[in-house]
Amino acid sequence: MNAKGKVFKYGDNVDTDVIIPARYLAIQDRMELASHCMEDIDDTFTKRVSKGDIMVAGRNFGCGSSREHAPQVIKDSGISCVIACTFARIFYRNAINIGLPIIECEEAATAIEDGHEVSIDFDTGLITDDTTGKTYQGQAFPEFMQKIIKAEGLVNYINAK
Amino acid sequence: MGMTMTQKILAAHAGLPFVKAGDLIEANLDLVLGNDITTPVAIREMGRFNDDKVFDGEKIALVMDHFTPNKDIKSAENCKCVRDFAAAHEITNYYDVGKMGIEHALLPELGLTVAGDCIIGADSHTCTYGALGAFSTGVGSTDMAAGMATGKAWFKVPSAIKFNLKGQLKKWVSGKDVILHIIGMIGVDGALYQSMEFAGEGVKSLSMDDRLTIANMAIEAGGKNGIFPVDEKTIEYMKEHSKREYKVFEADEDAEYTAVYDIDLSELESTVAFPHLPENTKTLSEIKDKVVIHQSVIGSCTNGRIQDLRQAAEILKGRKIHKDVRCIVIPGTQAIYLQAIEEGLVADFIKAGAIVSTPTCGPCLGGHMGVLAAGERAISTTNRNFVGRMGHTDSEVYLASPAVAAASAVTGYICGPDELGID
Repeated sequence: MNAKGKVFKYGDNVDTDVIIPARYLAIQDRMELASHCMEDIDDTFTKRVSKGDIMVAGRNFGCGSSREHAPQVIKDSGISCVIACTFARIFYRNAINIGLPIIECEEAATAIEDGHEVSIDFDTGLITDDTTGKTYQGQAFPEFMQKIIKAEGLVNYINAK
Repeated sequence: MGMTMTQKILAAHAGLPFVKAGDLIEANLDLVLGNDITTPVAIREMGRFNDDKVFDGEKIALVMDHFTPNKDIKSAENCKCVRDFAAAHEITNYYDVGKMGIEHALLPELGLTVAGDCIIGADSHTCTYGALGAFSTGVGSTDMAAGMATGKAWFKVPSAIKFNLKGQLKKWVSGKDVILHIIGMIGVDGALYQSMEFAGEGVKSLSMDDRLTIANMAIEAGGKNGIFPVDEKTIEYMKEHSKREYKVFEADEDAEYTAVYDIDLSELESTVAFPHLPENTKTLSEIKDKVVIHQSVIGSCTNGRIQDLRQAAEILKGRKIHKDVRCIVIPGTQAIYLQAIEEGLVADFIKAGAIVSTPTCGPCLGGHMGVLAAGERAISTTNRNFVGRMGHTDSEVYLASPAVAAASAVTGYICGPDELGID
């Protein structure tokens, strides 16, 4: 499994309230919800994002509310992977459970710049900045979590058990 | 090497004699919680299971508290979806308008959470029940769905940070100031993936309401859970509120901690978190410039309990809310609301010019009942001050204790009760 796309870069402590503001949480239609993704910190995100693009951020990405709407709108926007220095723990669980690939890699998250083209090999955790040619080794998931991700989420994983 | 209190509870629920930090385990759950925002998503996921029956209708709690009484048609439809699901699956602990309260104020009050429990909730502040000596953590809707279907959840066993408390809080300094002080000290990711275990002789001086407030905001330091040892006050609280059997777990003497902090409660001051992160803390004496406010919110799962309302009423009684301030008081549950009426607190609030709302999460997350316009500033006893949390992205939220929120509502700027000549 691989990803390749253009980078949207954000800072530290991107919270779930800015990923998807609470005022939209009553919306059940997933594509309508996704049209508000990142709106409160980047109101051009949804206009610029293309399928396969990659989000890169600093520390504690996805902190705050437990709303699963947050990883869901990122996934539904077309983002193929989020690379961050660290993820807040509920976001981390939610991303795995809904099948949004995420990678912790401080070196890559710090060095890769907005607009760069990046490729990711999920099997090896290798991240390549195609704009600069530099490579970074992301942390591989424990086997148990890889199984959930490969099943494209927790529900499929439990159904298959 | 011994186990922390959290590790012991997780081991017991996974049927294992020993667990260590980093182990991946599957634990049996005593309670699965959801609210009107997260449950509809979980119900949608439930429909994808081969078997969509719930594991135990008595071990699920569904609380309609965020956008209730329903603020619009979409939120009404979400509640209806949960109401229908609760009826179809014979879920006994379904709480709607009239019976509901803010979930983390309500569940301990109803005795649904006791020491030794393993609890997940599709709400980040589920960590509140650690105040009772339970392992309790926030998850997302898919975890909630899996929990409802199987009665189990997967966990990575956390390492822990220990907070050794000693001494006693000064008058007008409360649990909120303790946790804001800690978040200011370790940062919003200072306890990332870890347990925050509170210990030391200072614990016994803290009321249950203070402990619930402190455990509630463990997530604001990135913590997986916050947990208090069980003492006489905990047991007294559980006996008053619950018929369920509780189990006391204690950390081993040789349990490992990644860090240990000693905190003298008597040295803590009233603390305010400035926008836009809970870690941007200042004590009142460190605030040099006058911070004018337009709204004061006293309530939420963090500070909507009776002790919080009593402190606010003690300050507001016989005084007037500043003419340029809207003061919104929100009791956490119907029982707290009724108690506040019977104790005369509600009359004190209304005579002062505050409003008193039915229980709701409302303004805390910018949902309804006190949303801010661009350029407006609120002092609030809630738990988050992120960009746009209470409304417009150009509004600001300052987090503080009920005493500070009440005093500030009178003067119109952020201050403590001493500014009003109250000792």
